[in-house]
Amino acid sequence: MPQRVYITGIGMISSIGNDTGAALTSLIEEKSGIGEITLLDTVLKDKYPLAEVKLSNEELLEIIGNSGKTNFTRTALLGMVAAREALNASGIEIPGKYKTGLISATTVGGMDRSENFYKEFLADPSKGHLIDIVNHDCADSTERIADFLGITGFMTTISTACSSSANSIMLGAQLIKAGFLDRVVAGGTDSVTKFTLNGFNTLMILDKNGCRPFDENRAGLTLGEGAAYVVLESEELVKAGNKKVLAELKGYGNANDAYHQTASSPEGTGAYLAMNSALQLSGLNPGDIDYINVHGTGTQNNDLSEGVALQKIFGEKPPPFSSTKSYTGHTLGAAGALEAVISVLSINHGMLFPNLRFETPMKELGITPFTKVIMRADVQNILSNSFGFGGNNSTLIFSKMNG
Amino acid sequence: MSAFINGIGMISPQKTVETHDFLEEIVEYDSGYLKCIEPVSYKPYIDPIQSRRMSRLIKMGIASAKMCLNESGCTLPDAIITGTGLGSVEETEKILATIHLDQPFLNPTPFMQSTYNTISSQIAIQMKCHNYNSTYVHRTFSFESSLQDALLQISEGSSRNVLAGGIDEMTQNHLVITRRAGHWKNGVFKNLEMLSWDSPGSVAGEGASFFLLSEDKNETTYARLRDVKTIYKPATPGEVIQRVYSILAACGLVTSDIDLVLLGINGDNRTDPAYRTFARTAFPETPLAYYKHLCGEYHTASGFALWLASNILKRQTIPGILRINDLQCNPLRNILIYNQYYNVNHSLILVTI
Repeated sequence: MPQRVYITGIGMISSIGNDTGAALTSLIEEKSGIGEITLLDTVLKDKYPLAEVKLSNEELLEIIGNSGKTNFTRTALLGMVAAREALNASGIEIPGKYKTGLISATTVGGMDRSENFYKEFLADPSKGHLIDIVNHDCADSTERIADFLGITGFMTTISTACSSSANSIMLGAQLIKAGFLDRVVAGGTDSVTKFTLNGFNTLMILDKNGCRPFDENRAGLTLGEGAAYVVLESEELVKAGNKKVLAELKGYGNANDAYHQTASSPEGTGAYLAMNSALQLSGLNPGDIDYINVHGTGTQNNDLSEGVALQKIFGEKPPPFSSTKSYTGHTLGAAGALEAVISVLSINHGMLFPNLRFETPMKELGITPFTKVIMRADVQNILSNSFGFGGNNSTLIFSKMNG
Repeated sequence: MSAFINGIGMISPQKTVETHDFLEEIVEYDSGYLKCIEPVSYKPYIDPIQSRRMSRLIKMGIASAKMCLNESGCTLPDAIITGTGLGSVEETEKILATIHLDQPFLNPTPFMQSTYNTISSQIAIQMKCHNYNSTYVHRTFSFESSLQDALLQISEGSSRNVLAGGIDEMTQNHLVITRRAGHWKNGVFKNLEMLSWDSPGSVAGEGASFFLLSEDKNETTYARLRDVKTIYKPATPGEVIQRVYSILAACGLVTSDIDLVLLGINGDNRTDPAYRTFARTAFPETPLAYYKHLCGEYHTASGFALWLASNILKRQTIPGILRINDLQCNPLRNILIYNQYYNVNHSLILVTI
């Protein structure tokens, strides 16, 4: 019998709050983090809103107790804040006698600094501060977090576009089940950058008014930034330590849409396969799912494709569903973990958080997201979707710990 | 956990494409950058209409993956996993070159191709493969992580055949930046004289390698991948050696069972002495070899090393160009690959017959 995998700690920082407590308040008060650009220096400033973390890098440095000048990237700083919260919440000590791993995800890594380097460098190859480019790669933020938390064991970094941190959590669970690790800090981090904002702008999938997932008049996504981590522990460790469990990670699935580099298939093949394999692994039926945290980016393409797949699995009357990207924006490499943390909050507080700014049902679908907080004492099982460019689709299922 | 290596595709700065030779003709470089020798035509691997818009990295990735699958006879892998330290550098730079202009960048293709998971997903799209798909991006752990995930998927029983690989490219801009950061030597250095170098810096390289890792042995099997371990910032050099002992013990082996150690020596006198100490301490009487004089230094260079180890075991011969010492071993059964990156990221790969 393989080990069960439990979540014993959560941490997040995003536009709706600097920790899970602040996020919970915003979620309950239906307060979105999407707004005018205040921090990112970009020519697109007045064109699109963003979901920024409203703290400068200096303020983030203060939060992690580092007052000196450092070359930390914003991606690393966000990751350190959220990962430390998750670790503290779980109460695990590092170093300890157990095998502890760190699996982090990111899609831009240290781009927030390297994009500034390139400006000077391209004008004169001898110019540009090297300190702005040496942390460009994706591993940098992971290793900074590891050093900050004192984790020296297994570590790696995943980048599968917008499903990256869902895959971190999935890999963490698999490594625990295989007996390779006892506990894992898993999640992801991404900062907003000119690179991503301009990139999505070329694809013409940014909503000028803030994303409206699953709305007939949706006009694209809104970029956000943030970081989120969960602490996964083996059943054995939880039992031995008599630890408080926040949720069980009951299922996970990873499939590829294999359709197009940046578009989802009209049939939602990859989405269907990911959800289906997560359900199979969990041993649950679609009818057992109490809430779906959909990927729901607010693009024409994603929401239609995901909606078709949802109907294929859940029929015409699916459980309540919403895209919390209407609060946090699309945080790319952090999105899967951010939505995992929100799902765990829903299970523990008996509340489901709505799809903000939804007005008009989509013509092609017979299903609509809910728009007000739902209070429901008993939230047993939550399914969370994270789909990415390149058809990298992943689904996680979180369940309440009974007894 | 183990898997058989049943197919390989390798594009490297040596003649490793569309040949049955094994390093019989060595390509020499003195430019400080060992560039991949790509296929004469990508037509056998990618539809020309599609390949016209693809970046060099994506073309190399898809082609090496197809070479690997063709050789193994596997038509649809159960998982596709790629490791890349830096992903599409060329496409990323195209965007970075324009985003500071007052007019926003308008061509979407570089952004679409710049994401790190492009190789894994393009292979999936080409093959209509809906199975497990992932990408690892952790410096010199990238390729190793993809192998570890492959072994995990096979041991979990969810996959029988996994396509796993490592790919990285160098660009002119990135070469300049990393040279300024002290990664490479300045001036003319002949790659085949690497062992005699005694100054900081290595020579840049690149490569695309894919391996078909399978649960079952068959007629195309090269070797058996037994274990892959990564070690982050070891407290002492002894910690790496301790890990060697534990890996070997788990496979019922001792150091004297190792018939060849492939070291990641790269001509940088800041880290090469550590390789020599490692070998002298743990493997004083074992044949030693190196490989980065042939492929250069890059994040997924262990892919080139695994290609070498697989061929050495299958052909039962160690090309002289790789040798550091003259010790002999016959037959060749077990090879250990040891790589490290600035004493931060260390990795060990055990390959056996």
